[in-house]
Amino acid sequence: MNALTVQIRPDTKPILIAAGFILVILGVGTIYTLATQGAATLLSPAYLIQQLQTGAFLGLVAAGMMLVILIGHIDLSVAWTLTAAAMTATAVGGPWAIPAGLGVGLAVGLLNGIGVAYLRVPSMIFTLGVNAVLRGLMVAQTGGFAPQTAATDAMRFIGAERVSGVPVALVVWVAVSLAIGVILTRTAFGRSLYAIGNREAAAYLSGIPTRRVTCLAFVLCSLFAALAGVMLAGYSTKAFQGMGDAYVLPAIAAVVIGGTHILGGRGRYMGTVVGVILIVLLNSVLSIMQMPEAGRQVIYGGVIIVMLLVYGRGERATS
Amino acid sequence: MADAITADTAPARASARPAGSGDLRLRLRQNAGLLGAVALFVLFYGLYNLYHPRGFSTQVLIQNANEILTLSLLAMAQTVPVLLGGLDLSVGAVMTLVNCLASHLVAGSPAQIALGIAACLGAGAAFGFVNGCIVVYGRIQPIIATLASGAIAMGLALFLRPKPGGKIDADLSWAMTNALSDFAETYGLFEDGKAAWFQPVAWIPVPLLVLSAFALLVWVPFRRTLTGRTIYAIGSAEGAAYMSGLPIARAKLAAFTLAGFFAGAGGLFLAIQTSTGNADIPQASTYTLNSIAAVVIGGTSLLGGTGGAIASVVGALVLRAISFNFRIFDVPPLLQPLVEGLVLLAAVSLGALRALRAKNRLELFR
Repeated sequence: MNALTVQIRPDTKPILIAAGFILVILGVGTIYTLATQGAATLLSPAYLIQQLQTGAFLGLVAAGMMLVILIGHIDLSVAWTLTAAAMTATAVGGPWAIPAGLGVGLAVGLLNGIGVAYLRVPSMIFTLGVNAVLRGLMVAQTGGFAPQTAATDAMRFIGAERVSGVPVALVVWVAVSLAIGVILTRTAFGRSLYAIGNREAAAYLSGIPTRRVTCLAFVLCSLFAALAGVMLAGYSTKAFQGMGDAYVLPAIAAVVIGGTHILGGRGRYMGTVVGVILIVLLNSVLSIMQMPEAGRQVIYGGVIIVMLLVYGRGERATS
Repeated sequence: MADAITADTAPARASARPAGSGDLRLRLRQNAGLLGAVALFVLFYGLYNLYHPRGFSTQVLIQNANEILTLSLLAMAQTVPVLLGGLDLSVGAVMTLVNCLASHLVAGSPAQIALGIAACLGAGAAFGFVNGCIVVYGRIQPIIATLASGAIAMGLALFLRPKPGGKIDADLSWAMTNALSDFAETYGLFEDGKAAWFQPVAWIPVPLLVLSAFALLVWVPFRRTLTGRTIYAIGSAEGAAYMSGLPIARAKLAAFTLAGFFAGAGGLFLAIQTSTGNADIPQASTYTLNSIAAVVIGGTSLLGGTGGAIASVVGALVLRAISFNFRIFDVPPLLQPLVEGLVLLAAVSLGALRALRAKNRLELFR
């Protein structure tokens, strides 16, 4: 027993517990569907693949959010970065739709990065301001209504289509995930993120270009949010006001449930993936069980607190 | 805020100087953020009143006092955890929860109304206390603990009010949202508000009195207690505060309880103003985010240790005064969110001047 527990790394424990909780959710949901419909709908591949496709959008946002949280910052502007990218992409249209959407992400990321890394405004408040400005720009541009322009075929393809049964959105998420996994564990940039998150002054004194790394993390975060926006516009065939609002807090929750420390420096990417799947499944099972919005909110908050009480407890400051 | 403990290097430098002008300069520097916010408020609110057809009149003041009250209370709520170096993302949700609770309780006989008001304030404080317990005994980071508990508060609010509705005692609504003379008239005080000695104060809007009461009778005495000063100490250096034997757990519990109390008060007055309970999720998150913005504009550091609740009220006043001007200067409604965002961004970036002035980049890390 002892030998077994020693082998589990401390940052793996949250991932195992979260994965176990996913099985609990699936189990409870299956018992419910067996009792009411007499079929184990939740365990069918079609249902699971559908959930993973829905999860891909949240997964992309959470992936970017994790990079920013790892360095001890937070990006609250992803909501309107996502929306602005989607609106710009549908407005531009044609072959340049996707590059235009991603370009929005790049620009917002650079702005956030300069504000946080070079001007040293606290990220929480700077990204909040950028979010408000983006919202203002989009409201001014669209007149406060959903834009009439539709998503292009290419956006439809990466957002909604399937190639031999596998959603393209899922493929994109897997590709991004693999890339981030490699970046975080195998590159100097990835290790710098952890170093900055642990102690920025130490990272700076050991020669890490902290400002450039911080800036790059914000750029990547906004880029992934923009990619999610472009794909989401493809999935729902158009962009609309507030389409990103439902992604900010779940993305932060997914990252934290996956064992990443909210103050930075610790966490594995695998945990974020598991956290995203947990949140998507929890939402889906609760809606299958026809839980009213009130109950959903309470369960949602309760799950986050209980999971963190199990493995997210910090240490007391004693010196 | 003059006697706030600052994380700045200012106290060390000032002690080398003789008292007198140096002392004044030190105080000015310590309160630079607050003074900037006051200047912004005077500018925006002055402009508004100058160009308003009935500017500088009691009616305008009463209307504005009602518009600023809830956000000001939430800004005070947000300040206390921020001083710890934490954050409370549940203030908007607690406000909504108490708002829905009030729409059930604050009606009926005078005794029932009084009990209802007490229950509402108590509920806010109780929710804040639970937040504090999660942070202190659960040892979960405040930002994520209150993110989750905010969802729970929102869920409870939806249980209480699945649809907007309910009612608030009409006399109370009228009395609390108008001038002091209307208050006295409603409740037959001071010869229906016509007593001669009463006239000089009769014009004062009740919401302003309520806000001053919360600031001067709750916040100011609290800050002077050991617990209150410990909150500042924790924000500056938690380890040092612990080693000095300060009551860390008690201060953190008190901070979150006070945040819940102020947020609950905000919800109660929102209910009194609107006469309904409404579990509106976007409204709750807007209030939470605006409360953070107000705290920052008021000059309180998000890292903790410097600032104060009264400065945050000024921050809230600035935010509201900016949007008052939209009515006067005919800013197209479609451009208003953009202007608001740009002003917010500019205001928070002013703090960046410190980063550009630093001689040694190591000074910037913390």
